[in-house]
Amino acid sequence: MGILEWATSPWGQRVPIHIAWFLIWVSLIAGLLFLVVHAIYVRYFAKQKQYAATTSPELLSRLPEKISRHSLAARLFHWIMALAMLALLFTAFLPKVGVQFNWVTYHWIAGLVLTGSIIFHIIHASFFLDFWSIWPDKIDLQDSWKRTLRFFGRPAPLPRKSGKYPFDNKLYHGVIVLCGLAVMVTGIFMKFRVRTGILPRNPYLFGDMSWGLMYVMHGLAGVALIALVVVHIYFAVRPEKLPITYSMVFGSMKRDFYLEEHDPERWVVEPPPFPGSQKGGAHAD
Amino acid sequence: MAVIRDVMPAFQLLQPTSIADAQKILDQYGPDAWVLAGGLDSFDWLKDRIKKPNTVVDLSGVEELKGIRETGQGLEIGAMTTLTEIAQHPLIKAKYSLLAQSAELVASPQIRNQGTIGGNVSQDTRCWYYRAGWPCYRAGGNICYADTPVGRNREHAILHAERCVAVNPSDTAPALIALDAKFVIRNRKGERVVNAEDYFVGPEIDITRLTVLQPGDLLTAVRIPATWAGAQFYFEKVRDRNVWDFPLMNVASAMVLSGDTIQQVRVAVNGAAARPLRLKAVENAIRGKQRSIATAEMAGNLAVQGAVPLQFNAYKIPLMRNLVKRSITGVQEATWAS
Repeated sequence: MGILEWATSPWGQRVPIHIAWFLIWVSLIAGLLFLVVHAIYVRYFAKQKQYAATTSPELLSRLPEKISRHSLAARLFHWIMALAMLALLFTAFLPKVGVQFNWVTYHWIAGLVLTGSIIFHIIHASFFLDFWSIWPDKIDLQDSWKRTLRFFGRPAPLPRKSGKYPFDNKLYHGVIVLCGLAVMVTGIFMKFRVRTGILPRNPYLFGDMSWGLMYVMHGLAGVALIALVVVHIYFAVRPEKLPITYSMVFGSMKRDFYLEEHDPERWVVEPPPFPGSQKGGAHAD
Repeated sequence: MAVIRDVMPAFQLLQPTSIADAQKILDQYGPDAWVLAGGLDSFDWLKDRIKKPNTVVDLSGVEELKGIRETGQGLEIGAMTTLTEIAQHPLIKAKYSLLAQSAELVASPQIRNQGTIGGNVSQDTRCWYYRAGWPCYRAGGNICYADTPVGRNREHAILHAERCVAVNPSDTAPALIALDAKFVIRNRKGERVVNAEDYFVGPEIDITRLTVLQPGDLLTAVRIPATWAGAQFYFEKVRDRNVWDFPLMNVASAMVLSGDTIQQVRVAVNGAAARPLRLKAVENAIRGKQRSIATAEMAGNLAVQGAVPLQFNAYKIPLMRNLVKRSITGVQEATWAS
């Protein structure tokens, strides 16, 4: 039982046609297994988080009560993308597990919404937000090494608190970027094989092998997204992560959580624009 | 085109004598079981060695699946009843002549003697790319070879053809839809009854099947309600060779009139899409109107709305328009208009 389905083209060439659909279950089970193992680890084995102290009392006094984290535009993007992603996953994989409905139209429409939201996000994040805040930097790598050493009981200095996004969040974002771009780009090309009224149907755009690989890449990235979305939703509802989820809904997080989890020197929060204002933070996205 | 090699691949042949036995076998073998009714579609697949099932379940010995019975609600036809029996049955000819006409136009007398109503409505598409074993959408692949700039698609779909453009080849299907027939399906969970129009699925639902039948399912009977008994019927089939061929397109209508006014009507077309289409928009548009040329023309124009021709089947649009028009007027020799 391979992970790909193969066929012989009319010209006698052996070509991949799509992934084997059992990978849907592999991905779903992997995602669920991760959250079970993680939940058990956090509940019974994880030690109290310890960070190197960096916050000065002077800085503390300047911080507002609510720290702005995500702008309205960023939040709208996130939720539109989330809805499109869920629609894509359900329309793609439910028919494969026996739930039959007219999925193709909903799938490509959701794909267009996802594509539009990703393009918006790339432009928004590149020109209007702190682009590098979501990408791992040198301190992240140093701190993750310290954490690894300490996890195994080896002597190492305490890691610093994270910037706006924790290291694992940045890694997750990186994987999502890869999978998201893969399904988006392959999905756009695949529209040339379906009569959607948007792109002219052209099955000869690529050769059979290239088309096959296109479908395989779309499928692999798609099933990977099942596990990634399961994990994402799991973290969104974990009690210790709820302030972050709250900030994705309402835009801000409480000062206490900010100070507990984030390094004000790595995620610089501007003081309130005028006295009395309770919400600060220009570096929101 | 596939080369018929005549020597079928080896398979285990099981010949149950009751529905219960057939059911047990289908449960046991699941997707590995191939259900054989009259064998006319099946032997093509097997002799071409495109389909190579491990187990063939021959239903010809199941007497419960044969015969035509009058019930309190109408008529029940066993799935293994031959098309000849249906075409010649006095009750069907008297009350449901639409079905008799459609059955009589299937293929040749020899084929009708062997072919069954269950097989006729459950047969696979005739798209030659698919039947030649090419890895198209319907075969689980990712392309439609018929819908390419050089694809031979004269017989293919003009409606609902976003990906696969194959069409359903059944002649009795539109007649059964027009008669509001119910299909009785059994599996290990029990019996379920589906409307004729819901028995067929298009590629938007499942691109590898033409019907709702899943592994383990057995079509046991077709029930025709008395609702349309004695109504005014129209059936017409257009094919390349009148003595023996699959339809390029066919149309079936059942109509109840009050004077010249159309009180109730059902219209279905096959050969236009991957499943036989009940034309609900047409029915709604003409219900309550005078049966006239103007109404028929309006119905014909409405029927082809949204039709998209492929490279070689643009003729199907005027064909469908005229067939629907004629199914309303009830006159075969109506003037053609393109």
